[in-house]
Amino acid sequence: MDQSVSLAGLNLKNPVMTASGTFGYGLEFTPYGDLAALGGIVVKGLSLKPREGNPMPRIAETPSGMLNAIGLQNCGVERFLSDKLPRLPWKATPILANLYACDPDEFGELAGVLAAEEGVAALEVNISCPNVKEGGVLFGQDPSQAAKVTEAVKKRCGSKPVMVKLSPNVADIVGIARAVEAAGADCLSLINTLTGMAVDVRTRKPRLANVVGGLSGPAVKPVALRCVWQVSRAVNIPVVGMGGISSAMDVLEFILVGAHAVQVGTANFTRPDFAFRLVEELPQVAASMGVTDWESFRGSLDVG
Amino acid sequence: MPKPTCQDVSVLRITPHGPEGLSHGLWLIELENPGWQAVRPGQFAMLRPTAWGFEPLWARPFSICRATPERLAFLIQAVGRGTRLLTGLKQGDTVTVWGPLGHAFNTEPGVRTLMLAGGVGIAPFVEYSAAHPTPSNLTLLFGHRPPLSCYPYEDITRLAAASAFRETSPQDIPLFVARIEEAMADHAGGLALACGPTPFLRTVRNAALKLGVRCQLSLENRMACGIGACLGCVATDSEGHHVQSCTRGPVFWANEITL
Repeated sequence: MDQSVSLAGLNLKNPVMTASGTFGYGLEFTPYGDLAALGGIVVKGLSLKPREGNPMPRIAETPSGMLNAIGLQNCGVERFLSDKLPRLPWKATPILANLYACDPDEFGELAGVLAAEEGVAALEVNISCPNVKEGGVLFGQDPSQAAKVTEAVKKRCGSKPVMVKLSPNVADIVGIARAVEAAGADCLSLINTLTGMAVDVRTRKPRLANVVGGLSGPAVKPVALRCVWQVSRAVNIPVVGMGGISSAMDVLEFILVGAHAVQVGTANFTRPDFAFRLVEELPQVAASMGVTDWESFRGSLDVG
Repeated sequence: MPKPTCQDVSVLRITPHGPEGLSHGLWLIELENPGWQAVRPGQFAMLRPTAWGFEPLWARPFSICRATPERLAFLIQAVGRGTRLLTGLKQGDTVTVWGPLGHAFNTEPGVRTLMLAGGVGIAPFVEYSAAHPTPSNLTLLFGHRPPLSCYPYEDITRLAAASAFRETSPQDIPLFVARIEEAMADHAGGLALACGPTPFLRTVRNAALKLGVRCQLSLENRMACGIGACLGCVATDSEGHHVQSCTRGPVFWANEITL
């Protein structure tokens, strides 16, 4: 079957993208597979200026998952554009730039810089990273704030599609999704990590220096499926599902509940060739489940 | 540098190290070499048994203790959940392994070189001594708690001058620190290399800076990916920047990082 997917004007070879924060700038994975074989690559969240991120420890292993509080460490947009992007196969597969800022104006400025680059296919707006104390989560938790950021990015992004990444740490994710859609988002990606914590009784200290962090991995998959199911039914723009995807069957589950495409995140840490293997396995697993085309399979969940 | 690879390989042999290795949790695990031809001493690999599924989630990083065309050997101390599970592997089990990763120790054939090892941190010096063109220039100072037979100490003494210091109580620590400083002072114009627990590395670093000895440290940090992507293993360099221990290290010049 044809694996390709059309997503808000982007043509993906297959529905498997890699999730921001779990795939570096892409280049780290070149020894382990062909980057051009991926449906898309979402790079590590970028800010206008380089960021050092949070103090150590920043990661903790938890049951079927992990917590992270990296604090958006990144090389800054300038270095990404000069050193990283030219070495990525942007002509062969869409490179999505994930962006983060502290206020709507800065979001707009950053979006303008990134959208002007030929090698950037689309923007993914991080309004939901729970780790940075000065903002992030606030935009993602308030429909009007989320809409403001979306508008600011849309104003500056030219013809490039804008994907807004939603936080699950809200009472009503559908409300946020609708607000972002109304503000002009071209598609949505969800879910970002769930806020959590882990502690050590022996030392009586938190396992992360930041105390709280974002939970990801197979442990969050049921929450992610629920969110993708609710949101994809409520909006008219495509939804990219993510949260704990660890197999080709998981990819099918997300598409079944309504996702156009998926992002693979934490599983990239379990082996660096994970995403490449998943892309290879997907056609066979889809065929074995009787999927003949993505269009008819998408959102075909029978809820009785 | 040859490209790292990720492959599933078999456990060829797994055994406690020496007669007392079992009771002290020190094991030697030998895997099929997946074709790595140029392992440099001080590099590491990520190991994750395929049977783990989602639990535990992360692979574990280990310094490469010995590399031959047929096999890779790792010295593993069972200290936590991951290492306990790894030491429970059986011959024939499958392990996903990726590497060789990171920067190696400097090999400077004509320079008197001091190898400082703390406990399981002796591992890279086995390969280092074996690969060194002039092992007569090497000296090992090894600090340990479990008996010496639990470690591949003799693999090194066959090639290089060596002495060991067994720490049996906290009162022994200042004595060991004095031995480190003495050995480093003796290598003032040479090179010092260290691998071991962070407090030990801190001691070595302080001595190196005080005595002006060129010194490299192999850092140990929790890692999720081992390839520079997760940013979970960062160290702080001398300019205050966060740098990945996996790709910028694990071997750093002592004056280029803070501990």
